[in-house]
Amino acid sequence: MAFTDMRNWLLDESPASRRQARWGRIFRISLAFRGNALAMVGLVIVLALIAMAAFAPWIATHDPIAQDTYARLRPPSAANWMGTDELGRDIWSRVVFGARITLAIVILVAVLAAPAGLLIGATAGYLGGWVDRVLMGITDIFLSMPKLILALALVAALGPGIENAILAIAVTSWPSYARIARAETLTFKNADFIAASRLQGASSWRIVVGHILPLCTSSMIVRVTLDMAGIILTAAGLGFIGLGAQPPLPEWGAMIARGRTFILDQWWVATMPGFAIITVSLGFCFLGDGLRDVLDPKSGEKH
Amino acid sequence: MATETPFPDAAPKRGAGAKRTRKAALRLAGIALSLIVTLLGLIAITFFIGRVVPIDPALAVVGDRAPKAVYQAARVQLGLDKPLIVQFVNYVKAVATGDLGMSVSTGRPVLQDLKEVFPATLEMATLGILIGIALGVPMGVHAAARQGSWTDQIIRVVGLAGYAIPAFWLGLVGLAVFYARLQWVDGPGRVDIAYDGLVTPVTGLILVDSLLAGETEIFFNAIGHLVLPASILGFFSLAYIARMTRSFMLDQLAQEYIVTARVKGLPERIVIWRHAFRPILVPLITVCALSYAALLEGSVMIETIFSWPGIGNYLTVALLNADMAAVLGATLLIGMVFIFINKVSDALYNVLDPRAR
Repeated sequence: MAFTDMRNWLLDESPASRRQARWGRIFRISLAFRGNALAMVGLVIVLALIAMAAFAPWIATHDPIAQDTYARLRPPSAANWMGTDELGRDIWSRVVFGARITLAIVILVAVLAAPAGLLIGATAGYLGGWVDRVLMGITDIFLSMPKLILALALVAALGPGIENAILAIAVTSWPSYARIARAETLTFKNADFIAASRLQGASSWRIVVGHILPLCTSSMIVRVTLDMAGIILTAAGLGFIGLGAQPPLPEWGAMIARGRTFILDQWWVATMPGFAIITVSLGFCFLGDGLRDVLDPKSGEKH
Repeated sequence: MATETPFPDAAPKRGAGAKRTRKAALRLAGIALSLIVTLLGLIAITFFIGRVVPIDPALAVVGDRAPKAVYQAARVQLGLDKPLIVQFVNYVKAVATGDLGMSVSTGRPVLQDLKEVFPATLEMATLGILIGIALGVPMGVHAAARQGSWTDQIIRVVGLAGYAIPAFWLGLVGLAVFYARLQWVDGPGRVDIAYDGLVTPVTGLILVDSLLAGETEIFFNAIGHLVLPASILGFFSLAYIARMTRSFMLDQLAQEYIVTARVKGLPERIVIWRHAFRPILVPLITVCALSYAALLEGSVMIETIFSWPGIGNYLTVALLNADMAAVLGATLLIGMVFIFINKVSDALYNVLDPRAR
């Protein structure tokens, strides 16, 4: 009975308190989300990635860095689920620990790029005038650049390494967030509640940060999730070229690069990390599509 | 503007045509201006990237054992003693005159290197986009016409795969399967080593050059080498084009004029290709142009895998040798072509689409 009571409380058409309204909205969204099979698959994949990263030492069967030259280039077997690489390291264990690197990259890029884009876009949209023109001019310039090439050149200048790779990807991915934030801001810039808080003497900064930014978050979450696949691919590409994570870090792109020499005979060395990248990227795509359907049904493809 | 007349298009007055042309010309001028501004922005970014290099360029020239006077002379010669803004203006001037500096690894002017490698990339990307359009558009139309069928599901999965599969990984797997196992295609490189350097480059496009020289053997050999990397690039543009075509078509098929056409008893083939497909042609041109620009960029990874002597390969070799002049030169060239294609497709859209006029 408690369950139905809870459900009725959550689905109440006229919530009595803020808390009830908030939880009710979350519950409705999760109901809609659960009905979307692909979105659930995406959620499971992303949760699995997080679990892998968190519990890597318990999930991995071997030490990801320990070399065993007697056991080099072994095909997948019961002992080595994905085989071993040219230094005898267990590929499954390296893929598991690689989840930490991938997760760290996507989180750091999101944490660096999304707030920067949000702030720039919301400021431009709210203030308008020449501030808008200058900020959006810069955004448009960045937006029409080839992202991958810019990231490559930037990492080349800063020096190879995972920190610089993250920085370079963040520098090239903020503009699309700025565009979205500006568009969102323009839709409710002239709303009554904004005017009300301006009349109460709130500063522009306070209005942007306190009222406008929170309203942009749901479309931003959707966009960031959809971008994750691209971020993962770019990071893996930098790793593959040798500009991203450096050895012996088990980064998936760098692992593929090492397996390149053996692709003809020991196919598993290069293909296995690739499957990990594809699975995780697809997971974020599915999750992002599902989130868009429930959080931001107006934008994007209707079908 | 809307307040002047409630229906500006309802009663076209005399001179409305001229006004419209002037408006279109203004819009094209705007696009041209934004092209110039964006190109300047690109140059500014590469200039900035060139400045954040932790290596002192003057020190790189003279070596760290050089006496102070020599080091100072090198600084002056490179223009590093001038204010940043003067350095930037000089850089813009140099880029505009095609002076991209000397490559440390090849010992030749970067521009000369780029002239030699760019046609190879252009050849691969062009074949790639042709494959992408030839397959992607019909696939997208088909998927939209039979929404929900199993073919639609497959096409949707292909569309998503284009977002999730790393190009370099697909290239490696493609080599392992189609070259090593099945031996359907030739391996890395543009032609077999035996044919290398036999054709004098005229256009730089080996398919054209070999035909001009009448060397059909080399032509077919080059096709054997080109087909796999171009197909892999084509797969990525196909995924994007099919996805966009499907979405555009679904929008059109939901319109009332399609219902009218169907009610009139028109065959489904005519409804789809004559009625629904026509209006999406213009946005599709934009999509294809974007995809082409993306392929030029995406060829970096593919060229590395296939040892393709194009700009991507040139860039990665320069990256690993910290050859900054070559890196920035290649970045500038790819960026310029990318921006140019984008803006041209913008302009085309404005000229071709009657609704945008």
